[in-house]
Amino acid sequence: MRHFSAGRLIGILVILLPVVALLSMTVGTVSISWFDALRAVVGSSSTSQIDTILFDIRLPRILLAIFVGAVLASTGAVMQGLFRNPLADPSLIGVSSGASVGASLMIVTAGGFIQGGALVGLSLVSIGAFVGGFTATLLVYRLATSGMGTSVTTMLLAGIAIGALAGALNSLLSYFSDNDMLRQISLWQMGNLSGASWLKVTIMGAVAVLLMGLFPRDSRALNALLLGESEARHLGINVQRVKRRLIVLTALGVGVSVAVAGLVGFVGLIMPHIIRLMIGPDHRWLIPASGLAGATLLVVADSLARVVVVPAELPTGILTAILGAPFFVALLLQQRKDV
Amino acid sequence: MTMLAKDISLHLSGFDLLRNISLEVEAGKVTAIVGPNGAGKSSLLKVLTGEMPVTKGDVYFNSLLLNQWSLLEKAQMLAVLPQHTLLNFSFTADEVVGLGRIPHQTGIAKDLQIVAEALDLVDASYLQRRFYTQMSGGEKQRVQLARVLAQIWQPSILGEQFLVLDEPTSAFDLSHQKLTLDIVRQLAERGVGVVMVLHDLNLAARCADNLVVIDGGVIAAQGRPEAVLTEALIDKVFGVKSIISEHPITKRPLVIT
Repeated sequence: MRHFSAGRLIGILVILLPVVALLSMTVGTVSISWFDALRAVVGSSSTSQIDTILFDIRLPRILLAIFVGAVLASTGAVMQGLFRNPLADPSLIGVSSGASVGASLMIVTAGGFIQGGALVGLSLVSIGAFVGGFTATLLVYRLATSGMGTSVTTMLLAGIAIGALAGALNSLLSYFSDNDMLRQISLWQMGNLSGASWLKVTIMGAVAVLLMGLFPRDSRALNALLLGESEARHLGINVQRVKRRLIVLTALGVGVSVAVAGLVGFVGLIMPHIIRLMIGPDHRWLIPASGLAGATLLVVADSLARVVVVPAELPTGILTAILGAPFFVALLLQQRKDV
Repeated sequence: MTMLAKDISLHLSGFDLLRNISLEVEAGKVTAIVGPNGAGKSSLLKVLTGEMPVTKGDVYFNSLLLNQWSLLEKAQMLAVLPQHTLLNFSFTADEVVGLGRIPHQTGIAKDLQIVAEALDLVDASYLQRRFYTQMSGGEKQRVQLARVLAQIWQPSILGEQFLVLDEPTSAFDLSHQKLTLDIVRQLAERGVGVVMVLHDLNLAARCADNLVVIDGGVIAAQGRPEAVLTEALIDKVFGVKSIISEHPITKRPLVIT
């Protein structure tokens, strides 16, 4: 039996996300009361120092966490549906490994310019990550597409091949980097939201809104695809067009996410899985619910990242796994008990 | 109005899977396809439903070339039940059957009603809220049958409707085999053209208006079961000695091996 109706879960998440976001405004190296935080958000100003912390540091960071979390989890749900594999995630189509290479390449080659080197306010590392991720995905897609359409199996294999190649390139770049670069590379790979800026929030927000707006029209197609590709075609679905559209949207979403936040693991793989265990595989509910839950998880994880080792900060990606994994195990145990 | 294959051939990776096949599936009739393993039965279904392009010849559907219909139009007139459907996600039975309503815009209330009726028809109402992944083989096959039935539950304004079934009874016990044949007959009476691949010659003889025997990619015989099923043909196609008798009740041919 499912423990939640889809509507109820989405309702809970819609209430939970703003509450968590507001609480997140209050935590960090400087503690701010939730009353001050709420007052600042609704517009009446408090002291200028608190305003600066809230609007220049915390709010962009929280919004970025919301958008990145929503995009990673919803694209994860889409990929699992498209590949008919509950263990698929966006990294399967090469986007994360490609992004890794792009970022490392920038860290190693642009070395000294890293702090200053920026294009229209985005660091070279971000741009490298996006270009790397998007290119790798296109390559995987091209390799798997023939006159007969795109083979999901070939895509999986091409993703593994491109992933291995990217891994090797990454190791090569690490091998030739000095200690400082190595630290930057490995920190980037852990995923971090501390570089949030309003520009990043705007770009990420636009991408998140685009994806959330476009995914619903393909959610029934994804449901049909779970039966198999020829079954979906017999249900009137243009499988090739749906595949292409979803892969491009996923590459865009994940590419921009890794560009602004590095590799935040776990959210894309496990969040849709958890939601599916709770409300079932219907993509009409699974995609929005995963998005909301991914956003909530990332806000919570990032809040903890800011407070557990005050005055320093942990990379956010570490916290997402530490928080999510036990919850997932608990769900699995409960499911085992039910069967 | 028919599904029509005109002198079609299918070559795939150097093999002749189908050679010069001409076949007409009429609306309101039941066509059964029989033949040994690897004879090309499933390939013929794939070509008739547009899943594979023919190498030579033409496939027509309701007087147009098959590929002149859009995917959505086709889905409103033609439902296809494959031999196996791998579904590893825990949809409930009513959600699986609901997928059959995707090509239609009849609204949630109507769809739910059709889903319930389709499940009831295949004797699977009790499965409604159960998980597909936890069902037995026969239960899964019944739910999938209900799904394709839900897809052509109501007549289409576009043209005659057809149902294609690839070994629909392979996982069924006796009572559900009979149930399937009864459903197929009801559909034919409503005007739906049914094509199905069957392995059991007696089941085929009992329900088919047109019996098509395929062997080695060509049609070995087709026509009324009484005319097609002969001891010589069964020996030639299946390599099995048999006696053809008459079913005492249905008066259809009865193959005894």
